[in-house]
Amino acid sequence: MAEQAIDRSKMMVSDEVAIQINNMNKWYGQFHVLRDVNMTVYKGERIVICGPSGSGKSTLIRCINRLEEHQAGQIVVDGTELTNDLKNIDKVRSEVGMVFQHFNLFPHLTILENCTLAPIWVRKIPKREAEETAMHFLSKVKIPDQAHKYPGQLSGGQQQRVAIARSLCMKPRIMLFDEPTSALDPEMIKEVLDTMIELAEEGMTMLCVTHEMGFAQAVANRVIFMDKGQIVEQNEPREFFNNPQSERTKLFLSQILGH
Amino acid sequence: MTEFTPFVRTDMLEQREPPAGQRGIILWARENLFSGPMNTALSLIGLVVILWLASHMVPWLLHGVWNANSLTECREIITATWGPDATGACWAMVRERWHQYVFGFYPMDLYWRPTLAFVLMLVAIAPILYQSLPRQMMWFTALYPFVCYWLLWGGTIWAPVVVLMGFGLFALVFRLLVSGLGVPVSAGLGLVAAAAWWLLVQTPLSAAIHSVLPVGLRSVDSDQFGGFLLSIVIGVTAIAASLPMGILLALGRKSDMMLVRTLSVGFIEFIRGVPLITLLFTASLLLQYFLPPETNFDIILRVIILVTLFAAAYIAEVIRGGLAALPRGQYEAADALGLDYWQAQRLIIMPQALKISIPGIVSSFIGLFKDTTLVAFVGLQDPLKGITAVVRADINWKGIYWEPYIFAGVIFFLICFGMSRYSMWLERKLKTDHR
Ligand SMILES: Nc1ncnc2c1ncn2[C@@H]1O[C@H](COP(=O)(O)OP(=O)(O)OP(=O)(O)O)[C@@H](O)[C@H]1O
Ligand SMILES: [Mg+2]
Repeated sequence: MAEQAIDRSKMMVSDEVAIQINNMNKWYGQFHVLRDVNMTVYKGERIVICGPSGSGKSTLIRCINRLEEHQAGQIVVDGTELTNDLKNIDKVRSEVGMVFQHFNLFPHLTILENCTLAPIWVRKIPKREAEETAMHFLSKVKIPDQAHKYPGQLSGGQQQRVAIARSLCMKPRIMLFDEPTSALDPEMIKEVLDTMIELAEEGMTMLCVTHEMGFAQAVANRVIFMDKGQIVEQNEPREFFNNPQSERTKLFLSQILGH
Repeated sequence: MTEFTPFVRTDMLEQREPPAGQRGIILWARENLFSGPMNTALSLIGLVVILWLASHMVPWLLHGVWNANSLTECREIITATWGPDATGACWAMVRERWHQYVFGFYPMDLYWRPTLAFVLMLVAIAPILYQSLPRQMMWFTALYPFVCYWLLWGGTIWAPVVVLMGFGLFALVFRLLVSGLGVPVSAGLGLVAAAAWWLLVQTPLSAAIHSVLPVGLRSVDSDQFGGFLLSIVIGVTAIAASLPMGILLALGRKSDMMLVRTLSVGFIEFIRGVPLITLLFTASLLLQYFLPPETNFDIILRVIILVTLFAAAYIAEVIRGGLAALPRGQYEAADALGLDYWQAQRLIIMPQALKISIPGIVSSFIGLFKDTTLVAFVGLQDPLKGITAVVRADINWKGIYWEPYIFAGVIFFLICFGMSRYSMWLERKLKTDHR
């Protein structure tokens, strides 16, 4: 991925806040997974989150759409605070798309049905319109011809692109990615990353847990390094990779880039 | 040092038949019956057993007599035709009494009513069994229970119509409240409204309409029902009612709400811990003590309710197995897309969990259908014990032993085998995961 090939003209970061996290803490039973996390995400930002296994990256982004509940602090997504209020949770979830490591497509539905289900039932969009939107996004991820197949008939890379299209069909304002390429074979990683780059070029606000450092350098405007449930370092990518400040970051980078 | 010749294939090879002895019946027999000394020995023993059984049964079946008026006459014909030592089946009993096995003591001139109800039942379940049929047929399916009740029991047509209005009331209450109060609460209130309707308004209203507009069929009492009519009425109703109830119990067992969970677990474990016969005796005897004396709570209805509760507890456990087999990612993906709990259950979770549970659910259904013969113990005329006892009480058929059981057994087998084949077909059809 040559950096020059990417069109950064639309990847402008506005000063409107998309996600605000204040002093957020989370425990699993006695285990303190996330400790005093503070973070502001502006509209149009592409943030890459990295860190060693078990550092709480997945937990952090899963708190943003309330797949996990936080016990202290505040999370405000697009002006809506996440509390126990189910209405707010559903509102946030329909504004925030999520792509999982293991795709989590619905195996009993066709690709097209996977993409139209939520628009029809959550957004109450007429079926025909939802199908048109779905075909639009399936063409965007370059698999319109697979629309009537079932997920089990597609390759991993294709399934992950369908998962991205499925999220996009809800017209989300924010996209969360949890290691979207780490269950894929190397030759499929590129097709998924290309889709994500295209999304970034269109100005989507993205939070992406990934260890694809090439992607981070090319697309991200900010890299966050987490360890032991805390944000240890964050910087713009060039500085982050060339001039890491903390010892933990240096060690981590030497481990993943070193060989 | 080894030499090698450079090689490039220019023509591709066509597919060929495998050599003889590697295909067809000989290969099959060699692989399946005679693949080793142990297997060969077992095959031979099996063959001997089959031949021995056949040598006893085939003559008995072949000597069967269809035209006779009593067991004694049957025996005489067999002796006259096949010699003094010959044995044979007396199918004449079946020819003479089949209608009792099918209808029990239902009035003969009204046989068309259960027959019509049965044919309509096939129409009503067709769209459930075959998704390719037009969905509009489901309207008839929804109405069918009321049509069927009226055809079988007769009486005024306004009784089922007013019951139906109770369901309408439920739907209305649910519709009005669901957006404000959520699914469980509005369903509960709807149920309360419908129950009040059925208990308080039902009888006076249907009687009032009937006095103005008397439309009705001759009434048939529950104690005239019997044979396969009874089995199918109990079996089909309980099957249809136990599946949704089983689903709700399975969801209740996994609920976050302490009260719902405790009640579901308590119910399931209680029912599974008690023999069905005990529940049936409860239906026939105990309820009589607890209910106010003037209530006339139909015995078949009571049995249906208890058989349903019984089957629902087992089905709930089968479905729980299916739910447990679903990866957590399916719930998360549904949540992340913004589907609410009931949407996620209906559109994502249940279709998959039920598909996994098909073999177990159908086993429960088959068991339930066969268990309908247990109603003999509360004095109903089931096809196996009840009707057979009636037939044997006739002086003409006294002493007949195997034939009634074989006849009833064959019919049970055909129905249960049909269910089993259908479930296998359904499993193949719904297989979309391509694992
Ligand atoms: N449901 C759970 N119950 C208890 N502990 C959990 C649960 N989920 C995660 N954890 C623990 O929380 C910590 C953070 O987990 P998390 O999945 O967020 O890590 P991660 O940074 O995403 O790691 P990876 O790179 O391996 O995905 C881990 O130590 C994990 O064992
Ligand atoms: Mg993770």
